[in-house]
Amino acid sequence: MSFLKIQDIHHTYFSNQTAATALADISLDIEKGEFVSFLGPSGCGKTTLLSIIAGLFPPTSGKILLEDKPLNADSDLSIGYMLQQDYLFPWKTIEENVLLGLKLINKDEGLERIKTLKLLSDVGLGGTGKLYPRELSGGMRQRAALARTLAVDPKILLLDEPFSALDYQTKLKLEDLVFETLKSFGKTAVLVTHDIGEAIAMSDRIHLFSANPGSLHKTFEVPDELRELTPFHARNHPQYQILFQTIWKELESLEY
Amino acid sequence: MNIEQLHNQYKTSLKKENRLIRFYQILIFIVFFSSWELFSRMKWIDPLIFSSPSKVWHLFIQKLGDGTLLSHSGVTLFETVLGFIIGTLLGTVLASLLWWSPRLSRTLDPYLVILNAMPKVALGPIIIVAFGPGFPSIISMGAIISIIITTIVVYTAFREVDPNYLKVLQTFGATRAQSFREAILPACFPTIISTLKVNVGLSWVGVIVGEFLVSAKGLGYLIIYGFQVFNFTLVMLALMIIAVFATIMYQLVELLERKLIKD
Repeated sequence: MSFLKIQDIHHTYFSNQTAATALADISLDIEKGEFVSFLGPSGCGKTTLLSIIAGLFPPTSGKILLEDKPLNADSDLSIGYMLQQDYLFPWKTIEENVLLGLKLINKDEGLERIKTLKLLSDVGLGGTGKLYPRELSGGMRQRAALARTLAVDPKILLLDEPFSALDYQTKLKLEDLVFETLKSFGKTAVLVTHDIGEAIAMSDRIHLFSANPGSLHKTFEVPDELRELTPFHARNHPQYQILFQTIWKELESLEY
Repeated sequence: MNIEQLHNQYKTSLKKENRLIRFYQILIFIVFFSSWELFSRMKWIDPLIFSSPSKVWHLFIQKLGDGTLLSHSGVTLFETVLGFIIGTLLGTVLASLLWWSPRLSRTLDPYLVILNAMPKVALGPIIIVAFGPGFPSIISMGAIISIIITTIVVYTAFREVDPNYLKVLQTFGATRAQSFREAILPACFPTIISTLKVNVGLSWVGVIVGEFLVSAKGLGYLIIYGFQVFNFTLVMLALMIIAVFATIMYQLVELLERKLIKD
């Protein structure tokens, strides 16, 4: 039994004129505590797949099982989703933003609240609780968004290119922070990215997607030496370059 | 170095500019009223029609003394504020309903367009027959004139809220009501406030027209009465008072805006 089981997912977007198949015949398993990346050119349906896993809309066919149960069968929050931009609510303080998920299930008081505020200092944002998002830098805001996602204690984290809107230095730092935070909480995570380096540095396994229609092209296992390193150090490891070249060639071959 | 000096220089120039603006504003005020007075006295304009500031002022003191002005203004102010609140509130509620049910919104779309295009004051006679000649009709006029435009503007704002905020809420399992409360409504506060500003003016139009049609009390009544007995000083007085009250209401809305919107 796998932790997250994705079975025969097909998805087609319909409009008046067209029916565009975004995903065809996707099946894969993700084990508990794993960090998996979906890598591929734009238009390969990787974000669509992530949205389906998140339960934002149902697939045209196929099913997704989390711990052998269909998703959304129970209303507890098993999925955490991080977007390309932080989407912190500008009219809420950082503290209110981070507590948002708990507020929606009426658990933003007492112990849960204290735990969440602790989370805020875990991501290096201690003392910013009363500030508004506009008073924080891009990197800090994305860290607050991470804390907001983790606050509801999701079983699996879905990261939809969460570093793509940041400058390079901030991105590297945040990769390390996310990596270490998720490892310390023992979370399972799925990262969608088009950045080969980011995928190698952060994941245990990389699923390469091809476009038209989006389908699973190839799966790469990241060597153990890299898995144990933080993303920043992984980038300097000789194995990193080798895997980078392999995936690069594979991606090139997809374009023709 | 002399950074501080430069900063002070900058502040002084800023203050100077502000004082200059204020000076011109006061100048316009003085020039307007003194030339009005002068032209009227010199009979360059017909004093019977255009009255003069001093006559308006005397009438103001006199009407204030016998208490009639206070009761007339009170009535109109009450009707306007109520019409304004009802119009804005109902408009926002209607917009929320449309947001809630996209099917309802698509169904009602052509009717909203028609209602919006229609001059609401033309409904006056029907409203008066329906609600009787009194407060309810006049308040309805004040409300009805702003309700549809509020609905349309606020609903458009609801729909333009960045869908990613909703996505965040949806991944947290939020219901539609929760999404509305946490994202849609607060995101649209700036728009709602700006419709409030428009509605201040609109409600005055509705109420004054309503009073033209039926009332035996209020500033609209004073205008019509003054017009019928050819007492234009009274008309001018009523106009001045409306201008003052409308400005105060507008300022209050701006105060509310500063309180509610922190960005």
